[in-house]
Amino acid sequence: MTDASLNGQTQSHEAEAGFGDYFALLKPRVMSLVVFTALVGLLAAPISVHPMIAFASILFIAVGAGASGALNMWWDADIDQIMRRTKGRPIPAGKVDADDALYIGLALSGLSVVMLALAANLLAGFMLAFTIFFYAVIYSMWLKRSTPQNIVIGGAAGAFPPVIGWVVATGSMSLEPWLMFALIFMWTPPHFWALALFMRSDYDDAGVPMLTVTHGRRVTRNNILGYTVVLAVLAVGTAFTSIGGPIYLTAAVILNALFLKGAWDIWRRDEVISDADNFAVEKRFFKLSLLYLFLHFGAILAEAVLAPYGLGGWS
Amino acid sequence: MSLKVEHELHKRRFSRNVGVGLTLVFLIAVVFGLTVVKVTGGDFQAALQGVQQ
Repeated sequence: MTDASLNGQTQSHEAEAGFGDYFALLKPRVMSLVVFTALVGLLAAPISVHPMIAFASILFIAVGAGASGALNMWWDADIDQIMRRTKGRPIPAGKVDADDALYIGLALSGLSVVMLALAANLLAGFMLAFTIFFYAVIYSMWLKRSTPQNIVIGGAAGAFPPVIGWVVATGSMSLEPWLMFALIFMWTPPHFWALALFMRSDYDDAGVPMLTVTHGRRVTRNNILGYTVVLAVLAVGTAFTSIGGPIYLTAAVILNALFLKGAWDIWRRDEVISDADNFAVEKRFFKLSLLYLFLHFGAILAEAVLAPYGLGGWS
Repeated sequence: MSLKVEHELHKRRFSRNVGVGLTLVFLIAVVFGLTVVKVTGGDFQAALQGVQQ
């Protein structure tokens, strides 16, 4: 054994990952959003599910989301180490080997899809498989580095969980879960473009063609406002469907008024003004966007939970 | 001074082993719970009596 091999062995041992490092590969914060929206989709469905089946289904949907997160980190390891926001992730930080992330992602993908199909139904399993494929292949491998529409189309991956939750309960499709899908789908662009505005050169340095990079920051501000207007119409309109009701309508009107105000403020600003206060309005809009989605789905959940007591919905 | 010095690496490896172990136990519990619900339709006692008869 040479000095070089001894040295190499020491380095590989030091890079040995702990359990928490592997867990971080699954993007726990994204998983929490997936768990919540899938649960709302499941509980808003007109057919009730045994609690054990509901629990297992949500668990396997979360594992599937985590698997796609690991595959995304494996594929994006090269650009993650350039961007400030992502350089602390397990692979660029040197805590987890890129190949390990790939194997974990593939193994958990297979496990989650098969187990969801067995726990709930085949359609739910198929939809989870499609969602993982969409996020890992369509978004991460193809769209993210090739078009400024990356997060617009890629947003569909994050929008599928409530549809899968609904399919777990009903075994079929209808209009309502697609309204929840549309809510997340239309919310994603303004959410990420606000982030891109205040992350400044991050995407530029990494060569990711975000709208801020390809079309400029003025166009990005215009698009944030445009998408927010369409989102507001959709979000308030959903109040008058079977998953809506007075609670949802109240929440939607208030939240969309605040969100529109935020988008309007971003639209009115330019780079000089934003620089002066370190993108305070853009950062506030980004934080509001997280609360916006959480409270819309919270309101749908409230309508569903209160409906058996005659308090939820319009009836 | 102890001859057996525990390296930080061993702590990390131990945490990983415990984590994987607990995850597997949890998975077994979930699969068992699912099996009971699927086989019995949620009514374990009735199913048990059916088997005994």
